Amino acid sequence: MEKGTFETKIGLAEMLKGGVIMDVTNADQAKIAEDAGAVAVMALERIPADIRQAGGVARMSDPAMIIQIQKAVSIPVMAKCRIGHFAEAQILQELKIDFIDESEVLTPADEVNHIDKHAFRAPFVCGCRNLGEALRRIGEGAAMIRTKGEPGTGNIVEAVRHMRQVMGEIRRLGTLRPDERMAFAKELAAPFEWVEKTAELGKLPVPNFAAGGVATPADAALMMQLGAESVFVGSGIFRSQDPARRAKAIVEAVTHFDDPEILLRVSIGLGEAMAGLEIKDIPQEAQMQYRGW
Amino acid sequence: MARRIGVLALQGDFAKHAAMLTRLGATALEIRRERQLAGCDALILPGGESTTLTKLLDSYGFYEPIRDFARRRPVMGTCAGAILAAREVDDPRVRPLNLIDISARRNAYGRQVDSFIAEVAAPCLPPPPRFRAIFIRAPQIVRAGPETEVLIFLGPDPVMVRQENILALTFHPELTEDFRIHEYFLAMTRG
Repeated sequence: MEKGTFETKIGLAEMLKGGVIMDVTNADQAKIAEDAGAVAVMALERIPADIRQAGGVARMSDPAMIIQIQKAVSIPVMAKCRIGHFAEAQILQELKIDFIDESEVLTPADEVNHIDKHAFRAPFVCGCRNLGEALRRIGEGAAMIRTKGEPGTGNIVEAVRHMRQVMGEIRRLGTLRPDERMAFAKELAAPFEWVEKTAELGKLPVPNFAAGGVATPADAALMMQLGAESVFVGSGIFRSQDPARRAKAIVEAVTHFDDPEILLRVSIGLGEAMAGLEIKDIPQEAQMQYRGW
Repeated sequence: MARRIGVLALQGDFAKHAAMLTRLGATALEIRRERQLAGCDALILPGGESTTLTKLLDSYGFYEPIRDFARRRPVMGTCAGAILAAREVDDPRVRPLNLIDISARRNAYGRQVDSFIAEVAAPCLPPPPRFRAIFIRAPQIVRAGPETEVLIFLGPDPVMVRQENILALTFHPELTEDFRIHEYFLAMTRG
């Protein structure tokens, strides 16, 4: 019997497609998310918007809080570790976390290396801003890729930029002759075998999700139409006026992402969305998307 | 004429099923509204999250139309799809469709780190004699009714069962390159 293989890891990512993964900070929020139709929850002590406000070093959450959330819901529970912090990842695996997010939302622990994700039985998701970054993470063993966007802003512009970049580079790869792919791999700084695999499939070799700035059903539908296969919502739900209702609306918007009649219906009267931030008002050194290498 | 197979596309790995059907020469139709069922010869309920699927089946009025569909045409449920096809589920968060006389227990083999791949004996399929079955946070069929035939076992547990035109399996043939179970299902559409 095989366990913890790349195939079983990608298997779970496949099951999460067409769904919404919601950030939650306690058992009550986790139940609201599950009841609204979330396919998974991301357990963390503070949502990205609050991490941004609080400043200081953001670390893996207290396992006690994660355990409470695992007890509260039946859907997969994800949690974040710092980039390069494989000891945090070992603890999360011991907790039987269903997916580990090696995340730029937390303060990086290593400014050169990411975690060797092949060494773990638990699957990993990692953020990216372009195809090269996505394929480097897949080379390290990530079983799911998501856009970084700019977390905690409620502003979709960076997630759109990153998804367009990734999809555009995949399309460009598809136009190349086989003898031009090595130079393209060099340009992307991506592992050649994964460039070849991407060219052969015409898509990322692992599920490709959107994250970072989703605040409305329309944001979620936009990302799906741009090529995302599922959507993470961080601060956008529990920072809004009516989280349960907004959560359910975003779930329906992801399923019916190309059906404007339904998108209209679920968008009506959701109350106020999170206030959000202009990206130009955040100094570049404070932007989370530049963490990761 | 190519068979037209609906794949419930509310959430889950519906695209994997659709790709496999297409490779077998069938026409795969992604079903997101109940009115789309009318043009289908058979239906697949894919893997995904059964709590999420319960909400969406309910919000979009799928319960009675799928039950009605299943009275006349073949339906296959894999993993979460098998939970939904069951008569009973151990968890009140999931409302099954009651298409096949089995009782399902969710996440019976543990969390994701316990997901596994096993070679199971598959006497119901053409050779080779075994099928490489992928179990992801899999449910367990804890009871199979007297009219339900067990086609594949994993140890003592039924993992692929059939009652007339309804097929339920707790693993994921759509994640493999082995077409035999989808071919078996397509054969059911030919009577």
